Amino acid sequence: MRTLRMLALGTLAHVKQMSRSSFEVTIALVVPIVQATLAVYLFRAGHERHALLQAAVGAGLMGVWSSVLFGSGGAIQNQRWQGTLEMIMLVPRRPVLVILPITVATGLTGTYALLATLAWGRLLYGIRLDFVHPVGFVVAAVVCIVALGMFGLLLASTFVLMRNANALTNTLEYPIWLVSGMLVPITVLPAWTGPIAAVLPTTWGARALREATTGGPVWPSVTVCLGISLLCLAVGSISLTYVERRARAAATLALA
Amino acid sequence: MGSDYAIEAEGLRRTYRGRTGWLRPRRTEVEAVRGVSFTVGRGELFGLLGPNGAGKTTTIKMLNTLLLPTSGSARVCGHDVVRQTREVRRRIGYVFGGDRGLYDRLSALDNLRYFAELYGVAPREQKRRIAELLELVGLAGRERERVEGYSRGMRQRLHIARGLLHSPEVLFLDEPSIGVDPVAARELRRTVGDLAAAGTTVLLTTHYMAEADELCDRIAVIADGRIQSLGTPAELRHHADGRRVVEVEAYGVPEAAVGALRGLPGVRETAIEERGALQLLTVQSDAHVDVQGDILRELAGIRLGRVTSREPTLEDAYVAIVNAARPPEESREAIVNAA
Repeated sequence: MRTLRMLALGTLAHVKQMSRSSFEVTIALVVPIVQATLAVYLFRAGHERHALLQAAVGAGLMGVWSSVLFGSGGAIQNQRWQGTLEMIMLVPRRPVLVILPITVATGLTGTYALLATLAWGRLLYGIRLDFVHPVGFVVAAVVCIVALGMFGLLLASTFVLMRNANALTNTLEYPIWLVSGMLVPITVLPAWTGPIAAVLPTTWGARALREATTGGPVWPSVTVCLGISLLCLAVGSISLTYVERRARAAATLALA
Repeated sequence: MGSDYAIEAEGLRRTYRGRTGWLRPRRTEVEAVRGVSFTVGRGELFGLLGPNGAGKTTTIKMLNTLLLPTSGSARVCGHDVVRQTREVRRRIGYVFGGDRGLYDRLSALDNLRYFAELYGVAPREQKRRIAELLELVGLAGRERERVEGYSRGMRQRLHIARGLLHSPEVLFLDEPSIGVDPVAARELRRTVGDLAAAGTTVLLTTHYMAEADELCDRIAVIADGRIQSLGTPAELRHHADGRRVVEVEAYGVPEAAVGALRGLPGVRETAIEERGALQLLTVQSDAHVDVQGDILRELAGIRLGRVTSREPTLEDAYVAIVNAARPPEESREAIVNAA
């Protein structure tokens, strides 16, 4: 119980720290408008009832993914730049319990992009928010964000081992949302992308949100999304323990 | 409790390995700590003094589990710093100088709450403990302000409050008064003294002799990665026994002149401290040799200020110890910035 409390309050602290950055706030204000606009112009030619809403949800999820990718991928490096990495690694906790609140916080701050994309879509383009499974949508959104936070932990622990992690982060943004079917259905993509999509939690999260929006079996997708994410958490946890040991040996916890 | 000592270091060594060059990469090795051994008793206030790059911070980071020693061993409260990391971390606090290491966009209260959770301070105790610490470091009433608006001194005090949240048995203070104004530094010394009096073991690294002299029960002078001398401040002062110190305020002393002073009969150490345009030239000599006339002769033509002759202090003893550890050609032109 105490650990859960620590994770929750830690996440809240990091959400506050991240959401008070003027750079982050500006990005969060501008990007959803662009994404909502893109979604509308891409899909309004179609005549399906939920096409526009589905596109807005997908565009919002792209915002969550960007937040997790850049926030979690650079989580350890950011802490190092702030000078806080040594202080948080020095506490008597497993490294996973210290880093997880940071990566979940990147998912939570990304939620703003999802909500803002929907709000701008409604205000500017009159997209009606008539979800087929409103409750399912809320549950799927929460699971999706927590799942992306766990996936983010895996990114955080593996990216820190790579010299050119920043370059890799930039190249991963678009391919992942494309392959995961956040904006366009994965059925229109080449067959070889199928296996990649199947192991990404983002694919199942996007699918769960799409099914909650347009109708379909939400819960199996939610379950698979959560399962893959728990696997990411387990691998990320082992990786972080290794990273911490390596950083203590290589003296890379501090900048200097 | 286990051990009689709060800290035991035995033959600690640490080598940093790196790589330089792009076209022809070359491996580099720096031996920062070369076999450091000492013990610190429970409740003792122990000082680690040394010039920049002497190995103070590396030693502290091996003891507080942030760095793995290349060889040697260390125990804190009887627990091995390599194998029993979590046991050690439960019992220690770490405070370093400077204004980084805090979450700037959070308030002091949020910073303390977060770290109280990380350190597992019981929820019902957190409020009382945080209020107590805010009072102790003089931040009560300012705790809801964001840290980004804090002065350097306030940040430093917040660092200390954070380091004490879980009531550690051993507190590592790595140059805590760096960049802090004299009034705040005095407050800091009072706080550290009170903690030691209350039974907390403190390992302090500092550049400030007055701070070490006032606070520490024992001091280890570290230079070139090795402990050069260890004892009480009074014992260390003996290193300058039989010496006399001449201080000369000067403007634009050339290096050649300092070299010439070092060669004067009876002169043991020379040091220059830069104070803006002014240079404070300190010359230690054998007490029975009057070198003042010779010094002024060597400095003829250079604009001089006050010239004084005095008994050696702990700082002079420190300079003597550190210079004795340097290679001869380096010690001849030793420039010490100890203020």
